Amino acid sequence: MRDRVLILCGLGLFLAVVTWPAWRTLASAPAPPPELARPVGSTRCVAPVEFMRASHMTLLVQWRDRVVRDGVRTYVDRDGREVRMSLTGTCIGACHTDKTKFCDRCHDYAKVTPTCWNCHVVPPAGPPAGGVR
Amino acid sequence: MNPGRRVFLRMAGSAAVATAAGAALGCVASEARRRRLGMAIDVQKCVADNGCRACIDACHRAHNVPAIPDVRHEVKWIWKEPFERAFAVEDRDTVTASLRGQPVPVFCNHCDNPPCVRVCPTQATWARDDGVVTIDEHRCIGCRYCVAACPYGSRSFNWVDPRPFVPAPLSAYPTRTRGVVEKCNLCEERLAVGQLPACVEACPERAMVFGDLRDPASNVRRVLAEQYSLRRKPELGTRPQLYYVI
Repeated sequence: MRDRVLILCGLGLFLAVVTWPAWRTLASAPAPPPELARPVGSTRCVAPVEFMRASHMTLLVQWRDRVVRDGVRTYVDRDGREVRMSLTGTCIGACHTDKTKFCDRCHDYAKVTPTCWNCHVVPPAGPPAGGVR
Repeated sequence: MNPGRRVFLRMAGSAAVATAAGAALGCVASEARRRRLGMAIDVQKCVADNGCRACIDACHRAHNVPAIPDVRHEVKWIWKEPFERAFAVEDRDTVTASLRGQPVPVFCNHCDNPPCVRVCPTQATWARDDGVVTIDEHRCIGCRYCVAACPYGSRSFNWVDPRPFVPAPLSAYPTRTRGVVEKCNLCEERLAVGQLPACVEACPERAMVFGDLRDPASNVRRVLAEQYSLRRKPELGTRPQLYYVI
């Protein structure tokens, strides 16, 4: 074990390099949460904000299955409003009209790339179509 | 046999009969309520407007169907085929002689016994209660069994990303992605809001009649009752629900 010092130094260096990103993240200030554009003309989402923030994909997948598999296109939300179950028609089309300032900002922050947009076409950003009907 | 046992058997017997009768009645009732959508296509009217692409353009526009120039990667929902290639009629057949060489519109036949549905390993394609054979693109894994199974070539596979070939996609209907199969969906998204299929609406000759084949009073049934019609490859037993009036 004549090389003990050398080996320990090498191991230490290796650990430092490998764990460097973790240390850096711990040391730096947390990234500011993304600033999301609030919908114009609509103040109340179909579900509580906390639920939507954490589980909007659950709702979207349920909507997808209801529309595609069961042919049911209307959703009755917590307020009894009837909503058309449509990502591009209702979520984007009626409320969050600018995808880049809502969906994308949070997805970029969380470093996720949903595949929804490989197929679904983002409607051109414009004035909201009167909020959730 | 003691009385208790006899009573029990009698009750069990009548319960079984009642269940069977109820099920049979329910079945008949739901069968009567259900629609069976289909179409009659007047070939004579269609060939009168030779060169017309109104149905194709309307369909492909409404569903963001890509226009891919490379035929190996081509995607199509509705297209025209010479009569003799759409129908296997004998060369000596005199009834259809005038139609030989004439283009007729072909698309998914929405079969009553769809082979594409039977082979799909993920149940991504299925026949709805009203007979529309449709695809859940979210569930398609791109195995192309259905493409091989369809005897009409109605299904296209997305070998390449179709988005660059749809210059101005409409947001009302999604495009597809690379690696999934697509075909005519009988405009189920338009039917859901009370509209006719895009091809039916676009045809300047009104050659396509759409409706409920189970309703004796429907337009499509009236057309089929009055005129002689053919179906594509009926010998295969797929029971297509597009009727070509000749």
